[in-house]
Amino acid sequence: MLNLILAQAMLGLNNGVFYAMLSLGLAVIFGLLNVVNFAHGALYMTGAFLALILYSYLGVWIGIEDLHINFWAALIIVPILIGALGILIERTMLRWLYNFDPIYSLLLTFGITLVLQGLFVNFFSASGTPYPGQPESLRGVVDLGFMIFPKYRLFAIGFSIVICLAVWFIIERTRIGAMLRAGTENPDLVKAFGINVPLMVTLTFGFGTGLAGLAGVLAAPIYSVGPLMGADLIIIIFAVVVIGGMGSIMGAVVSGFALGLVEGLTKVFYAPAANTVIFFLMVVVLLVRPAGLFGRQS
Amino acid sequence: MSVTTAPMPLLKITDLNAWYGESHVLHGIDLELGEGQLITLLGRNGSGRTTTLRAIMGMVDRRTGSISIRGEEFISKPAHRIAPLGRIGYCPEERGIFASLNVEENLLLPPTVGKDGMSLDEIYEMFPNLKEVRKRMGTLLSGGEQQMLAIARILRTGARLLLLDEITEGLAPVIVKALGDALSRLKKSGYTIILVEQNFRFAAPRADRHYVIEHGKVVDRIEADEVDAKMDRLNHYLSV
Repeated sequence: MLNLILAQAMLGLNNGVFYAMLSLGLAVIFGLLNVVNFAHGALYMTGAFLALILYSYLGVWIGIEDLHINFWAALIIVPILIGALGILIERTMLRWLYNFDPIYSLLLTFGITLVLQGLFVNFFSASGTPYPGQPESLRGVVDLGFMIFPKYRLFAIGFSIVICLAVWFIIERTRIGAMLRAGTENPDLVKAFGINVPLMVTLTFGFGTGLAGLAGVLAAPIYSVGPLMGADLIIIIFAVVVIGGMGSIMGAVVSGFALGLVEGLTKVFYAPAANTVIFFLMVVVLLVRPAGLFGRQS
Repeated sequence: MSVTTAPMPLLKITDLNAWYGESHVLHGIDLELGEGQLITLLGRNGSGRTTTLRAIMGMVDRRTGSISIRGEEFISKPAHRIAPLGRIGYCPEERGIFASLNVEENLLLPPTVGKDGMSLDEIYEMFPNLKEVRKRMGTLLSGGEQQMLAIARILRTGARLLLLDEITEGLAPVIVKALGDALSRLKKSGYTIILVEQNFRFAAPRADRHYVIEHGKVVDRIEADEVDAKMDRLNHYLSV
């Protein structure tokens, strides 16, 4: 029984990796821009597709059949590309909506989601494609004592913990992070001190979306790469963000991993509830602490 | 010797109009001050004194007219360029201490706008209380500590023109006195200061000139040496 619990906990933690990294990006964006980026799931999906394209398709398209840009390179290139896409979206579209009700930016990003999904459904199939570029060094399994666990998944857990800690450190402990926190509280005053807030907003959106791209690359070897992989996830991510507290960095990370665990453990005790337990918790949290577990209660 | 007759004022505002959304708040403010001078903006609540400072900083939705600092026109500059180019430090009425930043992070937040700003040591020497609480989060400070932090924060940047909004509001007399001493020291070391102040007795002994603002316009301009003669008029303006 204990082994079963530990095993499900590990699998849960593995889902938690993606909950944490995606809700982290959403929280960073929501904090400064007050925008609920519905396109976050679609950008994650686009990130996974870019990794697939770099490995399997790009070479064919440009006529160099042997070109397979590998996983490690994708881990660097894709977040930059998705971040740049985010910057483009912010500069050309989102920017014009800041003075209106937040519902407009939500609708815009929802529209972007549909466009991105439509594009990939059109050019690839709606069903998933496996990513063949999993690095050699991370193939195989590790014996954890209580279970046999794929090496790659262990890497994904460790890697995302490092990324989450690094983002937390940047935001909570550095000068750039202090500007970001101050900008979240009172952007007008931060501007009056001589800090270029519009630029900061653009870069923050690019950074948040870059994180979604990074999560997408990380997901590619685990889940099959398909146009709807982000849509399945984004609703859970919203629940994670609400439970953690809108805009709270620590809340997003901790509740991301914790809810992955809870979901995994629910599978042990009452499997049919595993898909709903997060939403059940969301309702409870909203009733008891409306600002979320780590949010500032006003 | 008086600096009033200096050839070029440090700050010269002509026909400044400002809007928040559709509402027209300033209706043609004119004022000027020379390097090293201290002026006050007097008037009742809602007369447009705070908005005048906010308009200088670009914190209104729209502004027209002219704001000239050291001969350079600022009216169409974006908000984030104003403090660095004009070497301005702004201390807002609500103090603007960031709750999610500790005292030292608050102090270090505004970027430098000039080279001879105060060092942290000098700031802690001027406001010893701040040193004791430097790792505390911004909102856990007393009102007086928050006010000192809000002023210290702009002294570090090397700003030479200080816009101070209601710095004595709601503070205990002993703190008001400490702030008065700090203000006198700043004036002596050559800072140029605009003070929005409800407490005339705090402002009067340190000011070179007073501007009385009503309904978004300057309705009177009183030099320091005319204050005694015009006391009746001042009382009329300031009575609630």
